[in-house]
Amino acid sequence: MKRLGPRVEEKAVRIGLWTLTLITVSVLLFIIVFIMRRGLPVLSLEFLTANPTDMGKSGGIFSTIAGTGALTVLAILIAAPLGIGTAIYLTEYTWGGPVTRIIRFGAECLAGIPSIIFGLFGFILFVTKLKFGWSILSGGLTLAFMLLPTIIRTSEEAIKSVPPAYRNVSFSLGSTKWQTVTRVVLPSALPGIVTGIVLSVGRSIGETAATIFTAGSALRMPTSIFSSTRTMSVHFYILAREGISMSKAYGTAAILIIAILAINVLTYYLMHRFIRRYS
Amino acid sequence: MDGPGKTRGRKNRLERNDRLVRLALLVVAFSAISVLLVITVFIVGQGTPIMFRYGLKSFLAGSSWYPSEKLFGLWPMIVGSLFVTAGALVIGIPFGLSCAVVLTEFSSSRVRRIIKPIIELLAGIPSVVYGFMGVVILVPFIRNTLGGPGLSVLAASIILGIMILPTIISISVDSLQAVPPSYREGSIALGATRWQTVKMVLFPAARSGIIASIILGMGRAIGETMATIMIAGNAAEVPRSLLAPVRTLTSNVALEMGYASGEHREALFATGVVLFVIIMALNTIANVTSARRRRQP
Repeated sequence: MKRLGPRVEEKAVRIGLWTLTLITVSVLLFIIVFIMRRGLPVLSLEFLTANPTDMGKSGGIFSTIAGTGALTVLAILIAAPLGIGTAIYLTEYTWGGPVTRIIRFGAECLAGIPSIIFGLFGFILFVTKLKFGWSILSGGLTLAFMLLPTIIRTSEEAIKSVPPAYRNVSFSLGSTKWQTVTRVVLPSALPGIVTGIVLSVGRSIGETAATIFTAGSALRMPTSIFSSTRTMSVHFYILAREGISMSKAYGTAAILIIAILAINVLTYYLMHRFIRRYS
Repeated sequence: MDGPGKTRGRKNRLERNDRLVRLALLVVAFSAISVLLVITVFIVGQGTPIMFRYGLKSFLAGSSWYPSEKLFGLWPMIVGSLFVTAGALVIGIPFGLSCAVVLTEFSSSRVRRIIKPIIELLAGIPSVVYGFMGVVILVPFIRNTLGGPGLSVLAASIILGIMILPTIISISVDSLQAVPPSYREGSIALGATRWQTVKMVLFPAARSGIIASIILGMGRAIGETMATIMIAGNAAEVPRSLLAPVRTLTSNVALEMGYASGEHREALFATGVVLFVIIMALNTIANVTSARRRRQP
């Protein structure tokens, strides 16, 4: 086979790579347009504010929105302090060494564990052993464990990007380490940390496998953290899989996509503010 | 007026606080690794007894899964997971690496600003939505054009291939960007084209990061549950073709967890153990490869 000249090869490769890239981009746009075209017409104020009736065949999705919200808030309340604390320790209090390596290895492994394993674990520990039952509490704890690595990583990056000069100035004024962390480092790293939390909210909204086995799939309005609840993703899954109502399924999917879009726009905006500040 | 004694007292108190905070943070910092340990203990503790009761070999290599008749052979699911993951990589690697190269080498910053957020959005879409798209678009398409039930290895591979793209792209982009600019400049100065530079300089220099991205993508594909349940067909037998239905380890757990009890439930935990071992092996490999990258100058 005759070898192509480098210039011809360059042209061919460019066309090839761009084709694959454009296909990727168009797949994503297709998914969004497809869901929106069928889902948006279903949306109405009533769909958002009414509770589902008749297994979800009619009514709205209010109780699933409330359930998703409660689960997410609980998970973030648990994961954020742990994650941010870990990040502070890793960036401000240690410099390499075996302890850091172990902590980081733990976080990275946790990040790779599939959600179904979290679901199994949450089911056996929280639902059966600790007898929380299928509840917001079980689901929230399980989700918190899942979100922990994301929050650690993003907070760590945010704290690392605060210029060392800030710390030096604070120390030279006689502040202690903790004063420096709480009054100088954390406020400067806040947008980056918030970005991580917002990303975690996105993950917990989209999560299905871990929540279906820990929070259950009850359709009624949750009344306490011990009530079982159904998240929007689980509701969408059940509607679509059991063929209960395609139109309600599209409506729920549209809400999910809108939530994810909003979260991405928000993180993008926060990141840019953050990056602008330090470059 | 603060006397010298009072100042010293205040300073001591602050320093004591500092030590307490340091200790508290150390405890918090161990949360992730403790969670990992607790998960390992629970999954392994629940899943391994039954594996040894029935024999490891019949569990892993047995080809029949009939929980009601106490037949717990995981072989079809292990093969299923591997097939689907391999398929996902066949789709995910070329598309993912192309996007990464285009984003770092072949596009202007304005184009990058449009494409990058779009690809990040791919990561945010819930897996049930991907599964749903598979059910309403891909499965009927395969059924009508290629035959078979549609719910198949092929369908699952394509959808998983799309789902692992963000992982492959973001980590590959990071490692391509981490190659020092002087490498690139040196190559261009020697008269190499852009593509020759990518092929002969950047890929070798960023190799370990790219490999890590692929391994992590593999981990995502093996671990994905909801999308596979919806589109893979879930028949618990070794698939004979790309168009045959398949059940993965994850689907096996998720499909039957809702009603299983007794030994059946233990067998599902054993499925979790197999999955867990595979994932931890992949994580460790990815960790080691990317650690080597960090040590490189």
